Amino acid sequence: MAQAEQVKHDQALPPYPEKATLEGKNKFLGFWFFLGGETVLFASLFGTYLGLRNGVADGPTSQELFHLDLVFYMTMILLTSSLTSVFAIINMKKGNYKGLLGWMWATVALGVAFLSFEIYEFWDYTVNYGLGFTTSAFASSFYTLVGTHGAHVLFGVLWISTLLIRYAKTGLTLTNAPKFYTASLYWHFIDVVWVFIFTVVYLMGV
Amino acid sequence: MSQAYAKKSVLWDWLTTVDHKKIGILYLAAGGFFFALGGLEAMLMRIQLMFPELGFVSEQTFNELLTMHGTTMIFLAAMPLLFGFMNYIVPLQIGARDVAFPFLNSLGFWLFLAGGILLNLSWFLGGAPDAGWTAYTPLSSAYSGTGIDYYVLGLQISGAGTLIAGINFLVTIINMRAPGMSMMRMPLFTWSSFVASALILFAFPALTIGLLLLMLERLFGATYFAVDMGGNVVIWQHLFWIFGHPEVYILILPAFGIFSEVLATFSKKRLFGYSAMVFATLIIGFLGFMVWAHHMFTVGIGPVANAIFAVATMAIAVPTGIKIFNWLFTMWGGRIQFTTANLFAIGFIPSFVMGGVTGVMLATSAANYQFHDTYFVVAHFHYVIIGGVVLGLFAGAFYWWPRMFGYKLNETLGKWFFWLFLFGFHLTFFVQHFVGLMGMPRRVASYLPGQGLDGLNLISSVGAFFMAVAFLLFVWNVIVSVKNKAEADPWDGRTLEWGIPSPTPEYNFAQTPLVRELDALWYEKMHGNGKLKAAEPLDDIHMPNGSILPVIMSIGLFIASFGLIYHVHPVTIIGLLITFGCMFVRSIKEDHGYHIHKEDIQKEEGAG
Repeated sequence: MAQAEQVKHDQALPPYPEKATLEGKNKFLGFWFFLGGETVLFASLFGTYLGLRNGVADGPTSQELFHLDLVFYMTMILLTSSLTSVFAIINMKKGNYKGLLGWMWATVALGVAFLSFEIYEFWDYTVNYGLGFTTSAFASSFYTLVGTHGAHVLFGVLWISTLLIRYAKTGLTLTNAPKFYTASLYWHFIDVVWVFIFTVVYLMGV
Repeated sequence: MSQAYAKKSVLWDWLTTVDHKKIGILYLAAGGFFFALGGLEAMLMRIQLMFPELGFVSEQTFNELLTMHGTTMIFLAAMPLLFGFMNYIVPLQIGARDVAFPFLNSLGFWLFLAGGILLNLSWFLGGAPDAGWTAYTPLSSAYSGTGIDYYVLGLQISGAGTLIAGINFLVTIINMRAPGMSMMRMPLFTWSSFVASALILFAFPALTIGLLLLMLERLFGATYFAVDMGGNVVIWQHLFWIFGHPEVYILILPAFGIFSEVLATFSKKRLFGYSAMVFATLIIGFLGFMVWAHHMFTVGIGPVANAIFAVATMAIAVPTGIKIFNWLFTMWGGRIQFTTANLFAIGFIPSFVMGGVTGVMLATSAANYQFHDTYFVVAHFHYVIIGGVVLGLFAGAFYWWPRMFGYKLNETLGKWFFWLFLFGFHLTFFVQHFVGLMGMPRRVASYLPGQGLDGLNLISSVGAFFMAVAFLLFVWNVIVSVKNKAEADPWDGRTLEWGIPSPTPEYNFAQTPLVRELDALWYEKMHGNGKLKAAEPLDDIHMPNGSILPVIMSIGLFIASFGLIYHVHPVTIIGLLITFGCMFVRSIKEDHGYHIHKEDIQKEEGAG
C-alpha cells in the first residue's frame, strides 16, 4: 500500500500493525486458513505413519533406533525457538524494531541448530542402523513424516532470513508487519507439529 | 494510468492479468476445452461399447480413455468451470472490487492449466495413465507405466492451484463484503462457494499427501504400498477418498448455488427458506467429510465401520431433501419464466433426485456388495454429476453469460440444446442402471454377445451421441450469438452483480454499494430508485498490478515434473529453482499497485 511508505516511523503505526490494512487482514486470515490445510496435510502423514509403523519387514524397528536424549535436545531447541519468536512479536508490538530483528535472528539460529540435529539423526539411522528410505514401509513413512516437518523448518528458516535481510534497514511498516507476523505464526505451527511428532513417533516408538 | 495499462498487447494482458473477471474467463475457456476433450474420450468409449466385442480401440487404449475421461472431467473441466463462475461472480455478489489475493488467484489458474497440460501430454509421450481415475494401488504403484507419473505430477500441480483458489475465496468472502452484506444476506451462490472452498481447504491436502506418497513410491523406491515390505495398499484408498468424497460436494454445492439463483430470479420470488438453505449447505459440507469410507465397503473394513458409514451417508439425503423442497416452494406461486437457464434448473430437479435415490441404494452397505463395480455405480454418479453439476454449469452459463461477455446467448438454440442434452443424458445413463444390475462390470473394454447386454449398450451409446450433438449446438450458440448485445440487467435480477454497467468495469463498483436486505438489488428496485445505494463517496480506486510471475512459476513446476518423470535430476532442480526464484522475487519486491482516478471513473460511468 502506498500509505505504508509514508508511515515509516514506529510511533505513527497503529496498535496492531499486522492487521491495520485490508491487505494485512487478508494475509492474516488467509494464513490461518493455510495452516488449517497444513494440519490436514500432516494429519494424513501421521495417519500413514501410524498405519505403517509396525511394517518393518526385515529392517530395524523403532525400538532399536530411537534415542530419547537426542530427541529431547531437538524438542528443547525447537520449543525455545518458538519462545524467541514470541519475544520478537512482543518487540514488534512495542515498536522496538531492533528487538524484533534480534529475536527473529535467534529464532533462525535455533532453527538451523534443530536441522543440524535432524540431519545427524537421519545420517545415524541410515549409516549405523541400516534404515534407508526404501528399507521398509516403516522407514518410508518415518522419513516422509519427519522429513516433511524438517522441510517445513528449512522453508521457515529461509523465509524468515529473507525477511530479515530484505527489511534490515526499513523499520517497521504496515507492509512488513504482516509478513513478520505470519512468519511467526508459521514458526509456531511447525513447533506444534513437532510436539505431535515427539509424542506419536518417538514416545510411542521407544 | 489505467489507459496506459490497457495499451499493452492483448496476449501479454491476458498472461499477466490479476483481474478476477479475466481469470474467471480464463478458467471458463480452459475448462471448456478440457470438457470437450473429456467428452471426446467418453464418445470413443461409447463407440467401443456400442456392439459386443467391437475392436474399435484396444484394451490398453480403453483403460487410458477411461482414466483420462474421469480425471479430466473432475479435475480439469467441472471444477475449473465452477471456478470460472466463482471468480467472476462471487466478488460482484458481495460488492467487492477484487478478490483477497489477486496475484495468488492468477497463480492458481496457471498452476491448474500447467497441471492439465502436463497430464494430457502423456497421450503423446509414452501413454496416458491407465489405472482408473482413482489410481488404486498396487495397480498404480507397481503395475502401471509412465502414464501414472503424469497423473501424479499433473494432479499435484493443478491441486496446488485449487487449494490456492479455495483459500482465496474463503478470505474474500469473509473480509471483503460490502457494508451491510452480512453473512445471512449473502446470495446462495456465494454461500455455497464459501462452503465448497472450505471443503477444498480440508480435502485437497489429503490428496496432496496421497499423490506425494505415490510419487515417492514410483520414482524414489518408497514402500508404503508394497505389502512384502510391510506396506498397506488400503492407505491410498483412505487418503484418496478422504479427498475424493468431499470433492463430490466441492462440485455439487456451487451448482446448487447456481440453481438457487436461477430459480429465484426466474420465479420472481425470493428464495424459499433462505436460512434453511444455508444451514443445509453447511450440513452437507460437514457430512461430506464423514462418509469417505462408503467407497470402501467391499475392502474389508468390517461390518461396524460399514454400518457407521452407511448411516452417515444416508443422512446426507436429509439436507439435500430440504434443498429440493425449498426449490420447489420457490417456484410455487411464482411467475415462472421458462428461459433456457431456468429450464436447466428445472430439469435438474428430477434428474438429480434420481441420482440421489440410487445413492441411498448404494449406501446400503449389504446391498453394495451386489452393486459394487457394476454399471449401476456408473449410472449413479453420472446422474449426480451430469444431472447436478453439468446442468448447473449450463444453467450458470446461460444465466451469467450477458454479465460476463456482454451478449445474450440465443434462447431458441439454447432450448434445442437443453432438450437434446437432457434427452441424450437420460437415454445414456438410465439404461446403465439395468446394465449394471444384469451384471456388466464397469471399466471393461467389451462384453460378450447374447447376454442381454447388446441392446441396452447400443441405446446408451446413441444417447451419448445426442449429448455430443447438443454440446456442438451450444458451441455454435456461443459463436453466433455474439451480435445479441445485452443490457446490464437482462433478467431483471435480484443480486448485486446485475446492478453495475455492462460490460463490467475493471473496478467492478465505482462506489462500494450499501446493502440493506437480502437480494440487495431487488430490494432497491422495490423500495428505492432501483439503483444501488453507495456506501462511500466517489474516489480514486486502488488496483493491483499485473504480473507475469505466476506463468513463470507454473512453467518452473512443469519443467521440474519432466525432470522427475524421466529421472533427470538437473532438470528437476532447474525447474524448482525457477519456481522458488519467482517466489523469492515476489516476496522481496514491493508492489503497490496503481490508482484509477476519480475523473476517469466519472467519464466511464457517464458513458456507460
